[in-house]
Amino acid sequence: MSDRKPRRISYHAVLPFRYSAGQAASRFFSELRDHKRIMATRCSRCGKAYVPPRPVCGECFLPLEEWVEVGPRGTLVGYTVVYFPFLDPLTGKERPVPYGYGFILLDGVATKIQHFIEETDINRLRFGLKVEPVFEEERHGTFADIRCFRIVE
Amino acid sequence: MGRNVAIVGTGQTHHKAKRDDVNIVELIHEAVVRCLEDAEISIDHVDAVLIGNMEHFEGINLSDMWASDVSGARGRFGMKITTGGSTGTSLSLAAYYHVASGLFDTVMCIGWQKQSEGDTTAGLISATDPVWERASFAGAFGTFAAAAVQFMKEYGLSEEHAAKVAVKNRQNGLRNPYAHLKLDITVNDVLNSRMLAYPIRMLDMCPASEGACAMIFTCEEKAKRMTNRPAWVAAAETRHDSPFIGDVPMFMDLRTLRAASAAAYKKAGITNPLKELDVIELYEPVSWAELSFLDSLWLCERGKIRELIDKGATTMEGELPVNPSGGVLCTNPIGATAMCRVAEAAIQIRGQGDKRQVPNVRTALATGYGGNWWSDVMILKSSL
Repeated sequence: MSDRKPRRISYHAVLPFRYSAGQAASRFFSELRDHKRIMATRCSRCGKAYVPPRPVCGECFLPLEEWVEVGPRGTLVGYTVVYFPFLDPLTGKERPVPYGYGFILLDGVATKIQHFIEETDINRLRFGLKVEPVFEEERHGTFADIRCFRIVE
Repeated sequence: MGRNVAIVGTGQTHHKAKRDDVNIVELIHEAVVRCLEDAEISIDHVDAVLIGNMEHFEGINLSDMWASDVSGARGRFGMKITTGGSTGTSLSLAAYYHVASGLFDTVMCIGWQKQSEGDTTAGLISATDPVWERASFAGAFGTFAAAAVQFMKEYGLSEEHAAKVAVKNRQNGLRNPYAHLKLDITVNDVLNSRMLAYPIRMLDMCPASEGACAMIFTCEEKAKRMTNRPAWVAAAETRHDSPFIGDVPMFMDLRTLRAASAAAYKKAGITNPLKELDVIELYEPVSWAELSFLDSLWLCERGKIRELIDKGATTMEGELPVNPSGGVLCTNPIGATAMCRVAEAAIQIRGQGDKRQVPNVRTALATGYGGNWWSDVMILKSSL
């Protein structure tokens, strides 16, 4: 008799990747790291400023060559507090809960960014709240140089 | 205009949280065999095989190769198609395009997923831009939650409205032998379930399932020979959106679904979808998404979906039943999820729904949803 019990075979992969940040992101992250400035690319036709900055305006299909400083303050246009832990693929560990998370419309920008929100009491968060970034003391030129956004008191 | 095309066979596995008894290719084969049986044809009648999953969930990137024996693709034309959540509808659309083009007569498409073999949320986060979005992306439920807050406020909805959707789809799922979750629950059960990320609770969310689904698309001449109840494709539309999750003006009322459905209605000659559609199979990853996506389908004045929900219009007894299968809230084998919507629409048109059959279905609409905020729409009809 052969063993008919279903088997599982485990496989633990370490798959390192090295992503080119690209021209737009490279400039954005240098400004963020060195000057705590948030920079956007702006379309010469429709006037929309984009964060994340990107090489092409998707609506006009034109190259984005103009840079403008935007924010750093913004408006909360969607929010939640996450209570349920899951694996963070950047660290391989569970993200500690609860944490605030939301969509922020930076002043002067057409698109929203998603980021962590410092506040974890859902009753203190409101649609339309003004928020500002909290920068890391030691910055490495990644989006995580903004630790989170906090409510402007 | 391409040729007339019909769906003449569907097959799916009994979807579950875990299928330890089979591996990926064995799982796929179950759906393929059932699909061929339903179409009453052999693999010899199939000209091309299209297959897809959401690759990073299992780390399996070449199922078109792995599955070539069990899918019947060996020695035939075939390719893999993968577009995230909408993989199943992308495959359905592609099968339709292949036949409509006149280059292929009969095409099988297969969607599958075996989620317990990897980490779903980690896999999902890896779908986002590595430089910009992976550090903060909150997985499917966190993002839907932050988006639902906007939708709730702008369209005057309460947690009860979402809970009603969660209950309706679970009640429907009880009558679908293939559904994964069988939950006999009430609105209070939903409102008292664990909060995942405000305002989304455990029972508002879809499960992670394992399963596969397959369908046969064929040309008019062969469809008429193969079956006396084909499901004709009256419209097939898709719209993509921007690269980053925060790029859209309104998160959950999808501009892609508004555009795709408007184009599909025009093609299918539908002017009043609430009256002219007999059933909808909607890709609703979370209860809130059913509310918002139905609004995007032009079933009501913009922002008034709560009135239809309050009337019970989308229940099995209502004016326009939505998700007789139980929807994504019951069954979510991701690469197959959107295809299950199209398959169920075909099942309803073909009168094969048994205990979940909506009476006299002549026109059915199915949707697919993928990231970021993009939409597929198919409309099927019982006659040309």
